[in-house]
Amino acid sequence: MEITEKDVLRTTTKLSANDILDGKVLSVKWTPNLKYAWDNGPAIGRYLAELKNGNVIAKKCNSCNRVMIPPRMFCELCWRPSDEWTFVHDTGTVNTWVVSHVDWKAGRLDIAGGIRPYTPAVIEIDGASKGMGILHLLDEVDPWKIFRGMKVKAVWKPAEERTGSITDIKYFKPIE
Amino acid sequence: MTKRVAIIGVGTTGFRATTPDVSYRELTYEAATKAYLDAGVEPKQIDAFVATSEDFLEGYSIADEYSPDQLGAVLKPIYTVSGDFLQSLASAQMMILSGVANIAVAQGMSKASNMLTLSDMVTFAMDPIYNRPLGESPHAVAGMEMARFLYETGTTREQCAQVVVKNKRNALTNPLAGHGVALNMDYVLNSEIVSSPLAQLDISPHSDGAVVVVLAEENTAKVFSKKPIWIRGIGWCSDTPGLETRNWGQAVYAQMAGDMAYKMAGIRNPRKEINFAEINDEFSYKELQHLEALRLFKKGEAGLVTEMGGTEISGEFPVNPSGGCLGVGNLFDLNGGHTVLEVVLQLRGEAGKNQLSNITTGLAQSWRGVPTTTGAVVILSN
Amino acid sequence: MRRVAIVGAGLTKFYRNTLETPKELAYEATKMALDSCEMRLSDIDSVVMGTAPDAFDGIHMKGEYLSDGAGAFRKPYMRNFVGGGTGVFAPIHGWFHVASGMFDTCLVVCEEKMSSAYPHPAGAFLTIFDHTTEQPLFPTLIWIFAIEMNRFMTTHGYRKEDIARVAVKNKKNAMDHPSAQLPAEITVEDVLNSEVMAWPVNRLDISPTSDGAACLILAAEHVARRITEKPIWLDGVGWCLDSAYWCTRDLYYPDYLEVAARQAYKMAGIKEPSKEIHIAEPYDPFTYKELHHIEGLMLAPRGKSVQMLVDGVFNRDGNLPCSPSGGLLGVGNPIAAAGLMKVIELYQQLKGEAGKRQVPGNPSCGVANAWGDLMQVGTVVVLRK
Repeated sequence: MEITEKDVLRTTTKLSANDILDGKVLSVKWTPNLKYAWDNGPAIGRYLAELKNGNVIAKKCNSCNRVMIPPRMFCELCWRPSDEWTFVHDTGTVNTWVVSHVDWKAGRLDIAGGIRPYTPAVIEIDGASKGMGILHLLDEVDPWKIFRGMKVKAVWKPAEERTGSITDIKYFKPIE
Repeated sequence: MTKRVAIIGVGTTGFRATTPDVSYRELTYEAATKAYLDAGVEPKQIDAFVATSEDFLEGYSIADEYSPDQLGAVLKPIYTVSGDFLQSLASAQMMILSGVANIAVAQGMSKASNMLTLSDMVTFAMDPIYNRPLGESPHAVAGMEMARFLYETGTTREQCAQVVVKNKRNALTNPLAGHGVALNMDYVLNSEIVSSPLAQLDISPHSDGAVVVVLAEENTAKVFSKKPIWIRGIGWCSDTPGLETRNWGQAVYAQMAGDMAYKMAGIRNPRKEINFAEINDEFSYKELQHLEALRLFKKGEAGLVTEMGGTEISGEFPVNPSGGCLGVGNLFDLNGGHTVLEVVLQLRGEAGKNQLSNITTGLAQSWRGVPTTTGAVVILSN
Repeated sequence: MRRVAIVGAGLTKFYRNTLETPKELAYEATKMALDSCEMRLSDIDSVVMGTAPDAFDGIHMKGEYLSDGAGAFRKPYMRNFVGGGTGVFAPIHGWFHVASGMFDTCLVVCEEKMSSAYPHPAGAFLTIFDHTTEQPLFPTLIWIFAIEMNRFMTTHGYRKEDIARVAVKNKKNAMDHPSAQLPAEITVEDVLNSEVMAWPVNRLDISPTSDGAACLILAAEHVARRITEKPIWLDGVGWCLDSAYWCTRDLYYPDYLEVAARQAYKMAGIKEPSKEIHIAEPYDPFTYKELHHIEGLMLAPRGKSVQMLVDGVFNRDGNLPCSPSGGLLGVGNPIAAAGLMKVIELYQQLKGEAGKRQVPGNPSCGVANAWGDLMQVGTVVVLRK
């Protein structure tokens, strides 16, 4: 039996966003209260602690010889516990990037008004294995001059402002 | 069914109130490492994996993303069942029966300690239009159900309190359990009333932990394991989610899940053909309600038998020798994982101090907790 | 291995905002599916639900809430969740139910009501990123797509103006689909001139958020033949998830999709997909994704899909019609329901009942895929007449 257009149109009723906001439709509002305190474990725990010290740390797997960042307690490809810790550099290469005009709530940035768009990137960290990247932001660079392979360096918060978070690095900027 | 499926490996981290030293990754990795060692398999020999998680329990919009690495399942067939662990087990079993896998894994994890607003989380599961605006605590749902159950079956608060005493005592001799304690009945009865007649000690405290189970089809199971534990029957069922339309006194979901499992196992007289059971006792009265729903005891009988000591480890039908949720801790959707783990260990003779004797068949049952009416049952034999 | 067929299907109209509650959406699709093959709920042995983040509908354990709307009252019911891949994984899960011999029939339901999330459902995607190493940077889903699109483009030298043709094709195809939310005749210029969301992604490169539901009915062979004269066989299933460490992967190619596709093709006995597959519904939440997936499904060699697009191979009257439904771009993207919508399209096309969307040439074998998580999951089904 073929599904006809009439069958389909009968199924749902279209509303506009204003119908809800203007109260034309009965609605219920609820703001969820969802709070978590995640245990980060020894690997990410150390990663964050070292970020507070102004360092970037990785972990090695001596079976596949990868230097892994973010560090992890086991190598997910070799399926074995990982080996020694090793510091890597706070510099890297841009693998891929974005020039974003929206924020996380899909709100528009006032680009026309002079606000700089966000430029997040996947940055392959020097010292880690090829392809080992982390997500971070780029700044102090013209968004339209970013290119694949661009060399960048971390810009840190001053020591007293660091809390042990990925944001202890404010952003990465091109190495002159 | 032309094929049989067996459990050939189990692994767990054990269950305790907090696990501050590890993240969910290390927790599952530990359980998986132990399970694979127990089964004698490496990840590359495993054909398919099933993870169990609900977004809000972990704090991720798509918890499934974070499942493969710690199971050795990178670039392999793995998916998440947002349901109870026993449903994941059923899913894994169906994959084997359908011929698409010979060896499959089911995984579950609880990090209840990381949830700061637990009660709000459970409230968030209630109907947004009809129930949430009333502002009731989710324990109110359990309290109402307990009141109805006691009324319909003549079960007493004392008999429910005896469940608490028994299970928390069993947990003392279970090295995996996180909440073992020696209590007497008065202590339980006099604990603060939360949602009458439900008192504080009728409610299971929470625990963290992880369980991984390895299953295999018949021929593979016989090759890999000296003590395969056979899945004889499995069933699961969802009754109505509406508070307004449910049967408050009886656990219909458990009865239907049980009947489905019994039919598959060819069991006509559950009480005689099954030797012991691990039953969901998230709230003390649930153990009794579930036992009756599963036809292991008649209506009103479960409380009496408990009072007489019939469900003790030394009794005629041991229930929750592990300590159940009351003694081990409420693991949310991992509760099913803990029940199946205990049944497997018992049937293998590896249950330590709480080991039961002369057993061939055990039943593991789970319930997804307030406000659901969903549960599953699995029957295992050695 | 027991053979499993699709015997009925139902699909609601997709809108950005619907009056119906999530339960009602599920009900409408389910009822339509049952009516389409004159089955009753009592004929259904088991139910599978696919629905994506709970955050959209705003209900924890959303699967439980939806169960009665999905016809699962007092039945064995299970929910699977693989992010955006759910829409095509749900029928795979349903396939396990029937192929295993545990059940003769299975109702596969997918529902999504994204409009419940305020201020915008996109906000729910903040929490798909790692809570410690990524969320503090306030990323959004559009970033990750743009990152992948950029990598895809720079690796193969693809141009935005060519990729934009996917939106033109799909939105036009969607004009013939009764469920479509935003069908339209647009041009490449329209796409390139549309608002920049996150370069290289423009607004018209993205499928709209929606409310909607879809349903399929699966039956074992002996039952299927009693119900319908035109059972469509679910002959191949495949699914695969890659590592959560997405910054370590080269995003230009979906390895996970190829692994899943190989599994499905092998099961269906397909050796040369580009020849033996007559029609495809590759998941297209963003324009470039359709091409990314066409390559991952091995329907086009790596780096060649754009040329084939430009040559018209993927048009409805081309050699390998892709997204004849109009896809997510044209019909709408209520995540899980959208994936299932694509499978339903193949079902209708293979039956010859796709109306104005019917592709010529009497196709007898089709493939659909969905994708999800952090650029991680590939779910594939192969359907045959």
